[in-house]
Amino acid sequence: MNIHEYQAKELFDKFGVPSPNGRVASTPKEAHDAAKWLAVNNLVVKAQVHAGGRGKGVFKSGYKGGVQLVDSAEAARKVAGKMLGQVLVTKQTGEAGRLVRKVMVTESVTISREIYLAILMDRESCQPVIVASTEGGMDIEEVAERTPEKMIREYVNPLAGLQAYQVRKLCEQLGFDATARQFGRLLHSLYRLFIECDCSMVEINPVVVTTDDRIFALDAKFNFDDNGLYRHPEIAAMRDTGEEDPREVAASESGLNYIGLEGNIACLVNGAGLAMATMDIIKHCGGEPANFLDVGGGATKEQVVAAFRIILGDPQVKGILVNIFGGIMDCNVIAAGIVEATREVGLSLPLVVRLEGNNVEAGRATLAESGVAIIGADTMADAAAKIVAAVG
Amino acid sequence: MSILVNENTKVLVQGITGSFGARHARLSIEYGTRIVAGVTPTKGGQIFEHGGVKVPVFDTVSSAVRETGATVSVIFVPPAYAGDAILEGVDAGLELVVCITEGIPVMDMMRVRAMMNPATRLVGPNCPGIVTPGHGEKSQGGCRIGISPGYIHKRGNVGVVSRSGTLTYEAVWQLTQLGYGQSTCVGIGGDPINGTSHLDVLKMFNDDPETEAIIMIGEIGGKAEVEAARWASEHCAKPIAGFIAGATAPAGRRMGHAGAIVGGVDDTAAAKKRILAECGIAVAETPAVMASTLLERWGK
Repeated sequence: MNIHEYQAKELFDKFGVPSPNGRVASTPKEAHDAAKWLAVNNLVVKAQVHAGGRGKGVFKSGYKGGVQLVDSAEAARKVAGKMLGQVLVTKQTGEAGRLVRKVMVTESVTISREIYLAILMDRESCQPVIVASTEGGMDIEEVAERTPEKMIREYVNPLAGLQAYQVRKLCEQLGFDATARQFGRLLHSLYRLFIECDCSMVEINPVVVTTDDRIFALDAKFNFDDNGLYRHPEIAAMRDTGEEDPREVAASESGLNYIGLEGNIACLVNGAGLAMATMDIIKHCGGEPANFLDVGGGATKEQVVAAFRIILGDPQVKGILVNIFGGIMDCNVIAAGIVEATREVGLSLPLVVRLEGNNVEAGRATLAESGVAIIGADTMADAAAKIVAAVG
Repeated sequence: MSILVNENTKVLVQGITGSFGARHARLSIEYGTRIVAGVTPTKGGQIFEHGGVKVPVFDTVSSAVRETGATVSVIFVPPAYAGDAILEGVDAGLELVVCITEGIPVMDMMRVRAMMNPATRLVGPNCPGIVTPGHGEKSQGGCRIGISPGYIHKRGNVGVVSRSGTLTYEAVWQLTQLGYGQSTCVGIGGDPINGTSHLDVLKMFNDDPETEAIIMIGEIGGKAEVEAARWASEHCAKPIAGFIAGATAPAGRRMGHAGAIVGGVDDTAAAKKRILAECGIAVAETPAVMASTLLERWGK
């Protein structure tokens, strides 16, 4: 799950990670008031969308730049008026762009140094790792590739937590001097935020030192562990479905595990590994999968119906492949669910069904006798070849 | 021989009175597995009965171990309580804890891993469990721990290790259909932090005289398959076939399993397949040919 910049600031404020003063605004008037409240003349207005590259982005109205420097509350109002309600296209949004519903107005700071700082969960060591670099503000993947010696890593024992000596070590390696104490406080606060909010990653690029020796987190990216969200309703409430693929929003409402892709062959599968492998075999046979869809080990008829609705609501879908390995489940129950689902949603596309497992003969018979135009398949390879051929 | 568990293994079920745990405890009893105890806090003293088998329920794992001699536990408790359940099994000195629960917060697993005692092996979480097939009809009489369908197995000489449940069933079913049985099938689970790795299982298969060939199934994300393949190229003479799911997965998206997310250039399906092949593992091009790829390499 992603969150907006203004929501990241709320978390930073709560945990004591310093970031520039600012407020979020939904109307030009609110942007004006936010600027007045800040009571400074050096301001930034930033469009709030879940995508990077905002500064170089272009609005569909022709207005350039989703991040603007302004020098008065009146100018903040004007700029906000040009952003709000408009669609911003950046290198990360694709051509469709994203509708800007909110802007953030913050104090603009004069930067003397930029640091890269992230905390993430390291799978290999099963520990949080702090990753830092003096090369802040840059594309960090490029830094890691070109100058790996400039990436500093500090592993934290999860039971002991972040130790003071580790902070001193990082301050030294990053060349902090007069501002070391401020940076140390930021690091302790950020570590506490990472642990207490069940983050899988928090990245600040950059942490800035201002010309007057203040330290701020300027831009942040958060990833939360979905499994931990149940104990953070306030973070779960930050989810903005307006920023997500509408197909994925509908799927999550039905408890389905769905990810939209670019192809035209939809798939409906039980189990995440098998669902991924089904996409792979479609591609292997020359087709392009339209989605990842795992209905789970104990898929109900209602879920199958919901899955068909989402699949058929996607105009790019030209064919459907159902791949079910009914281990414990009765294949005949699944077959009945498929037949009912197709009747309920009105099937007009080629549908290939591969059923395997418990009571499979009865399941295949149910499909064959249903009168629904279902193309049966015996194996996964057979199924993939048949749906690719049917879509053409 | 087999690895981890066999037909004599005494198993206790943590969460036996919940609907999920109860259902799979019944299926394991029907398969012939020695389910000797259940544990549900506050329900100690009850009896879980199925098909004439009476399983006593205890309040704590330590009392269940003391009274029944169970050495292995399987966990079906909800995600919020699963970390505690694992550590209770460790505290009771179990040899093996198999955690089926899906959806445990990564922070909880991180702490569990840091507190593990080397005397206890953890398999999972978010896994289908372990099956050592029996010699009876439809492999009955074996040890089924978890949620796998027992009947798809057949006793034999192929070891199967996988991060995915349904892909394990696919591989096992393909093998059984072609007439080749399994020594032990281990689902290590799809979470980013788990107890047992591909490498751990590969080492056990390598040391197991009954296991003659191995299928290793992986997916995008992490380095576990690569680590196992590198070790195997040096130390394992048994034929291995591998499959990696997720060639078509977009970068940065979590594909169902919490651990299935491409983070860099080395954990894509293409990169892993390339390294597996370099390490002498026969790579199945599609999930439909996992067993046949192994048989070809095995010279069968």
